[in-house]
Amino acid sequence: MAPLLELEGVSKSFGGLLGRRRVTAVRHVSFTLSEAKPEVFTLLGQSGSGKTTLARMILGLETPTAGSLRLQGQDLAKLRRGAGRRRLLGLVQPIFQNPFEAFNPLRHVDHYLLLTAQRFGGAGAGAGARAATEASLRQVGLSLAEVARRYPHELSGGQLQRLAIARALLAKPKLIVADEPVSMVDASLRMAIVNLFKTLRDEFAISILYITHDLATAYLVSDRISIMRAGEVVESGAARQVLTHPQHAYSRQLKDAVLVPRFTVGHGDGASAKSEQRQ
Amino acid sequence: MSPTVAANGETQRPTTETPREPVLRVDDLRAYYRTRHFGVGREVKAVDGVSFEVRDNEIYGLAGESSSGKSTLLKAVAAAMRPPLQVVGGTARLRFLQAKSLHEASSAELAQLRWRKLSYIMQGSMSALNPVRRVRRSFEDFAARHLRETGAAFEAKVVAHLSQLRLDKSVLDAFPHELSGGMRQRVTIALATICRPDLVIADEPTTALDVVVQKDVLDMIRDLQRQSGSSLLLVTHDLGVHAYLTDRLAIMYGGRLVEEAPTEALFGNPQHPYAKHLIASLPRIGEEAPKAALAGGPPNLAEPPAGCRFHPRCPLAMERCRREAPVMTRVAPNHRVACFAVAGSA
Repeated sequence: MAPLLELEGVSKSFGGLLGRRRVTAVRHVSFTLSEAKPEVFTLLGQSGSGKTTLARMILGLETPTAGSLRLQGQDLAKLRRGAGRRRLLGLVQPIFQNPFEAFNPLRHVDHYLLLTAQRFGGAGAGAGARAATEASLRQVGLSLAEVARRYPHELSGGQLQRLAIARALLAKPKLIVADEPVSMVDASLRMAIVNLFKTLRDEFAISILYITHDLATAYLVSDRISIMRAGEVVESGAARQVLTHPQHAYSRQLKDAVLVPRFTVGHGDGASAKSEQRQ
Repeated sequence: MSPTVAANGETQRPTTETPREPVLRVDDLRAYYRTRHFGVGREVKAVDGVSFEVRDNEIYGLAGESSSGKSTLLKAVAAAMRPPLQVVGGTARLRFLQAKSLHEASSAELAQLRWRKLSYIMQGSMSALNPVRRVRRSFEDFAARHLRETGAAFEAKVVAHLSQLRLDKSVLDAFPHELSGGMRQRVTIALATICRPDLVIADEPTTALDVVVQKDVLDMIRDLQRQSGSSLLLVTHDLGVHAYLTDRLAIMYGGRLVEEAPTEALFGNPQHPYAKHLIASLPRIGEEAPKAALAGGPPNLAEPPAGCRFHPRCPLAMERCRREAPVMTRVAPNHRVACFAVAGSA
């Protein structure tokens, strides 16, 4: 069986027309996600490292300048329009960073869920769609009664982000691309969402492409991690290994940037003295 | 009030009281957003009865989730309020101000105070620099008047201050867009501290920055505070930042403080169920424990729940919590908690 997702030497550049500066956002990235063995695969990097551009290519929102992306063995370039696009969205669903901007502020939030259930879930209109929506909301700890006829501004960031996940689930995808899904969500709700990824992997056999700059949550949920810098993958491996024993200098730099409570490292200003030495 | 009072107020007279009065003392402060649309009044009680003090030479942290009222509290304390936000009760007393509360001071008095005694680094202040002026001009615009120096003497002072913050003087010739986000934030902090204010108020100063840059900026803030001996009131939702930087920490929920303690004690021994939850849900590298989440969402402050505002989400909620609001009570020296379920509290 062809792998679920296969990236081979994928690059993406922007600009360069009429003498403008050409920016390479992604450079020769290759990795494979297997369908038989779903996993949480994390792309870790600072802003500007090309994580989001890579995600957008996987969602068919950008075309690579070089290299190939294959979804279940099929060239993703052919899945960007028409019937192919529907197939693509049936396999890969996005969750975006800002849940407040992911929903139309003038529409009830349940509208999107019902629509997705009808179009991609094969649930048909009316009662079928409602039942499917209800079931999928239950997976994320919400109920249709809670969110029906509500506008996005009436819900919290955590609720909206869980709604976004419920909506993605309705399409019965094989892969969810989650681009910084918790950076806009409150701390008391953040772990619930991150933990949900593990549940989706184990119970629904959905792979997650988790894009983040947060090493701590990445450590908690990931099976594999790739660390990106300036468009390139600098280190890749099992999550535990990469984060506890980073090999590449840049990975170590990222790990050092994690704020460590000064009282567990020592007394008083121990941590600040350390960071000064590093500079 | 007359300008002479203002002039007196800003000369820092040693007070005869012992121990010394805190730099900032906030007492039962209430700040509401009051709006009226088509005859329908609405009141959002964003800050509802908050008391705390910021002492000399300390970094006081204020943590809370979005819509917990922490930014509103800062605006009220920095007297940077705009309608519909208004202070409806309580006081915020600054040591170097004669008026009983900041909110009774005249705008002339406040103008005397700003930059020299009290600086406010606003959220997103990376964008505070004028985009069409070089950084040097921003320093002149803001600080020259307060430093009462001009020309070469002023320039020398600015350069000395920048170098203390490990910033090259070449930033003065740059336009804001030529600087990276981290650089811009450093310049803003340099600008806010050049007059050596007694109290610096900072709202999410590193939230918009990249992870790697964030740590450098935090180190810079700490060095600066330790060197100058000023006090810093720092608001961020990021508990990692608090654990790294602050001396004392207060946690805010639904417009009220729920717990306050030295940061180390609060992380080591949190008492309030909300504080416990927040600290337990901090993910750490090398730790496996599954992190549970709280049910429900933050309260709507236009219609806050009766009694304790945390009770709808609280695992320990009792009948009393639905009726009465607990007040902050001392459970140990320097440790205050507002919870009926905590022994010795309320």
